[in-house]
Formats: sequence, C-alpha cells, structure tokens
Amino acid sequence: MGDDNSSTFADGATPRVVIVDDHRLFRSGVRGELGDAVDVIGEAGDVDAAVRVIAETRPDLVLLDVHLPGGGGAEVLRRVLPQHPEIRFLALSVSDAAEDVIGVVRGGARGYVTKTISGRELADAIVRVADGDAVFSPRLAGFVLDAFSATDAPPMDPELDRLTQREREVLRLIARGYAYKEVAKELFISVKTVETHVSSVLRKLQLSNRHELSRWATARKLV
Amino acid sequence: MTDTADDTPRLHRARGGRLVAGVGAGLARHLGIDPVVTRLALLALGIGGIGIAVYVVLVFFVPVEPEADPDTPAAEPGAEQRRKGRDISQLLAYIALAGGLGVLFLVFGGVFDPLLWLLVFGALGATILWQQANPAQRDEWMSTTAFHSRTGWARTGAGVLLVVIGVIGFLIFQQQLHEARAGLTFAIAMLAGISMIVAPWIVGLVRERDRERRERIRNQERAELAAHIHDSVLHTLTLIQRRAEDPREVQRLARVQERALRSWLYQRPADAETTVTPALERAAAEVEEAHGVPIDVVCVGDCPIDDTVHAGLRAAREAMVNASKYAGTDTISVYGEVDAEEVLIFVRDRGHGFDLDAIPEDRMGVRGSIIGRMERHGGSARIRTAPGEGTEVQLRMPRPTDPA
Repeated sequence: MGDDNSSTFADGATPRVVIVDDHRLFRSGVRGELGDAVDVIGEAGDVDAAVRVIAETRPDLVLLDVHLPGGGGAEVLRRVLPQHPEIRFLALSVSDAAEDVIGVVRGGARGYVTKTISGRELADAIVRVADGDAVFSPRLAGFVLDAFSATDAPPMDPELDRLTQREREVLRLIARGYAYKEVAKELFISVKTVETHVSSVLRKLQLSNRHELSRWATARKLV
Repeated sequence: MTDTADDTPRLHRARGGRLVAGVGAGLARHLGIDPVVTRLALLALGIGGIGIAVYVVLVFFVPVEPEADPDTPAAEPGAEQRRKGRDISQLLAYIALAGGLGVLFLVFGGVFDPLLWLLVFGALGATILWQQANPAQRDEWMSTTAFHSRTGWARTGAGVLLVVIGVIGFLIFQQQLHEARAGLTFAIAMLAGISMIVAPWIVGLVRERDRERRERIRNQERAELAAHIHDSVLHTLTLIQRRAEDPREVQRLARVQERALRSWLYQRPADAETTVTPALERAAAEVEEAHGVPIDVVCVGDCPIDDTVHAGLRAAREAMVNASKYAGTDTISVYGEVDAEEVLIFVRDRGHGFDLDAIPEDRMGVRGSIIGRMERHGGSARIRTAPGEGTEVQLRMPRPTDPA
C-alpha cells in the first residue's frame, strides 16, 4: 500500500491518534495492540470528553466508536468537524448494523472497520485514513453496494446518486475480502487508482441525497 | 363426602360429556356415580319444581371445570365420535328443555304473555353476563387485549341490554307507566350515585392490576434474559477460562458465543431458511462451529431460495468446509450477491491454494460436490487457485425469469 506516494504516514511517521470508546478495557486493548505503529495521545469515554480531548490535542486521526453515551459517534463528528475539518475519523463498531455504519460514514468518518479487526490491520487502516484515503471493510462495501443498487426511481443527481461500473467492481472485490493491493492486481490498475475509486464512493455516500440511502438504512434496522 | 377420599374430584360443571350445562355430569363425576343416575334424580326433583331451582343455583355457583392442559393429549382415540354423539343427545336435551318450558308457558297463561317474555329476556341477559364473568373467561375478558375485543363487548352489551329491557319492561308492566317512570328516575339516580362512589375504586383496582401484570411480564423477561445469559454466556466464559492455553479454541468459543448472542439480540422476524442471506449466514455459522475457522459473510440483495439456489448454497457450504479443512488459513470471506439475473456466491481464503489439475479423479469434494452439483442445476462453478495464492470458489446460479 502507499508504495509510490509521498504521504507522511506511509513513509514512517506515526500518526497521532485519539481513541474514543466507552469501554476502558477496549481502549487499553487497542492501545496495546497498536503498539508503536501509532502515537496514542488521548482517550475519551463519552461525547463531551471526546470533543474536549480532540480540541485540546488536535490529533491526526480519531478512532471513533459508533455507540457512545451522549449521542453516539455521529454526535462527535457533528460537533468536531465544523471547527476541525482537517481531523480524520475512522469509525469502529461491534454492531455491524447498517444504520449505524451508514450514519457515521455520512456524518464524515472516512472509514469503517469492525472491532474484530486484528491489530496489524487496524494500524494499517489508521495509516491509510490518516493519509486521507478511505477504508472500507467488506461489510461496509456490501452495505454501500446494497444501498446504491436496485434503483427503480431515477436518480436525483446522476453525478452523486450512481456508482460507476468501475467503482462497483472495486467495491465488489472489497466485499469479497480482497485487499486494495489484490483489487488492483485483479483489475489491472494501480493501488492509487483503487484508493481514488474508494474515496469517490465515500464522497458519493456522504453527499448523495438519495432517499434510498436513508430509507434503506431504516428498513434494515433489525439487521 | 368430599373429605372421605383424596381422589374425589372437586365439584365442577363438566366441560365434556354434558347435556345442558354440565351440572348432572359434574355432579356424577364428583360423587363417582353414573351421570344417568344424577340426571334422572334431577329430573325427578324437577317435576316438583325444586330440581329446577337446584339446577339453576348449581349452574350459577359451581365453576366450570378448568380447561385441560393443552400439552397433555387429553383427546382419546374415540373422542371425535363421542363428540358427535354428545351433540345429538345435547340437542335432544335442549329440545326437551324447550318443550318443558313451552308446557309451563301454556299452563301459566299462554305464550304471548309479555310478562313471561320479559322474564325470559332478563334471565337470558343475566346468564350471558354471568357467563362473561365466570372465572375461566374473566381473566381473558379483563385482560387489556381481550377487553377491546369486539365479541367481548358485543356479548356484554347484549347481556346488559336484555337485562335492562327485562327489568324496565317488568316495571312498566307491573305498575302504571308514570309511576314506573318515577321509580326509574329514582333508580337511575341511585345507580349514578353508586357508580360515582365506586368508579374511582374500580379504576384504582384496574390500574393496580395492570401494574402488577406489567411487573410480572418484566420479571419474566428479566428471568428469561438471566437464564439465557447463564446458559450461554457464563457457560462460554467458563469454558474459555478452562481452555485459556489454546488460543484457537478460545477464539472459536468466543466467535460461536458472539454469533449466538447476536442472533438472539437481533432476531430476524422471518424464518432463517427462506431467503439467501440468512441461509448463507447460517451455513457459514455451522461450518465455522464445526471446523473452528472464522468465516465472514457479506451479502448484497436477497431473494427466495429455489432448487438452483439451494444447490448453490450446498456447494458454497462445501467450499467453506474445504477451505476450513485444507487451506490452513485463519479467516474465510464469503460474499453473496443477488442481482436481477443471477445469484453469485464467492468463497475465498488466503491459504495454501492447490493445483486443480493435480486432484485425483476419484476425489469427490471439489468435482462432485461443487462443480458437478452446480452444473446439474444449471449453474456454474469456477475455482481460481494456485499453490500459495489462496483459493476462490465462484458460484453462479441463474435466477428464474419471473414474469410477475
């Protein structure tokens, strides 16, 4: 990953990270698993504390739990992003429920991973997101494909409401468990291009007003 | 008599085997004699008039036999025939009863005496109300759901109406109309006063009862949750502590428990085996449980399962089993996609991989269970693998073109 780009973190600099999660045990677990790969500069256990800690420490990236006392991860995004648009967020959740995932990604998180992810993969995802890329777990890719498929209604904004053929292919491979490198190899494109496609999907996901997105998430509430 | 033997049944009105209201049969069962005897005795007493009174009193004051426990198979083989026979004899008994009443009418001043009809109305209404309030039905009737049920209201309304007609009619008939009106006004004023006094108390009782019911339901739920957590989660945690030296086993236990808890918490309303997504997830869970390799399932879209898709699911399951057994990897990805024309399932691992051509002809796993099965059902299977490259099984099943 990031083999031919000039970004800071992939070249060896460690991103400064704040961990926001209401389970202390989990925070210390993540801290231990990440080890030297990142520099954990702060922790918070609820929305208010998170907003305060983030404002004080100005991290490169916030590892954000979707479920938090005081409004959830989406609330943190809503209160932090307007003041600090340069801070990147990576969402973390045990729930895998579609409306949580879609909600927090539409709120501005640049990626979503489940808590079962291994420490190495998590460090990898953190570096990637801190570099400005998007990180999709297979499940998130599946959600997005689901949300953007089956369009009976004409899109309101074709630019934002539809995935291109290529984006769809990339997402399908990610959903099948391919890493970005493998996706690139499979489609005969560079890793950078894969990242561009994923970022563009992320943008569509965040900006699209497609009512299917919200309707779909509601309909899936019980997943 | 009741205290002489332990096995003497309590006096109930019989539910089965009754002719009119079950008094005769219930009495016979209570006394341990043939129902014919009690019936004849009642009939004999009835000729003198006292039997009828006794019967009516017993109907009102003896509770109906509680319903048989549905779990115990109470219906013996011949029950159906006997029911039919009982229906006929019951009909005969009712006809006899009606005949008897008719004779009484004729004796006391003719069928068209309005006074008699008013009495009949009143008696009918009272019977309906009494029936509504009997202990077996009262619970149902009082429960919040049944309270709103239309039949319950209709019955109560009909009963009240009949009683009111009977009483008012009786009053009107017995006295002069204006006197009756004065009496009625007085009676209604009294009733209104009494109900104003009693209403708060009744409302309080009903609220109290509702509160207790809610409390009981909550306690039941809590008990169920506690039982579930005890049975599954605590059990798994104990196992994990005991197997702490075997990380693979610990992981397997944790995964199994997580899956169980998740499915318990986010139970799908529909049955798990009718559409592709839950079926694929279920298959993955079973394979994971059997072989201890974590399987991640992602599904896009969903559709009902037909024969072809079913074959595809079986093949996918076989592929998961193969990957768990031979790939030597610690995770397997399964991706299912349903689109308008076909159902696709991919089973992928990052394990050893193998040389497809090197598999002997007689090995059934891949050729028979996966490729052969798919082709027999009009689908197709592709296997991409090479030593060291991992394996991906791609299954394709066409969807029947649905005209609807």
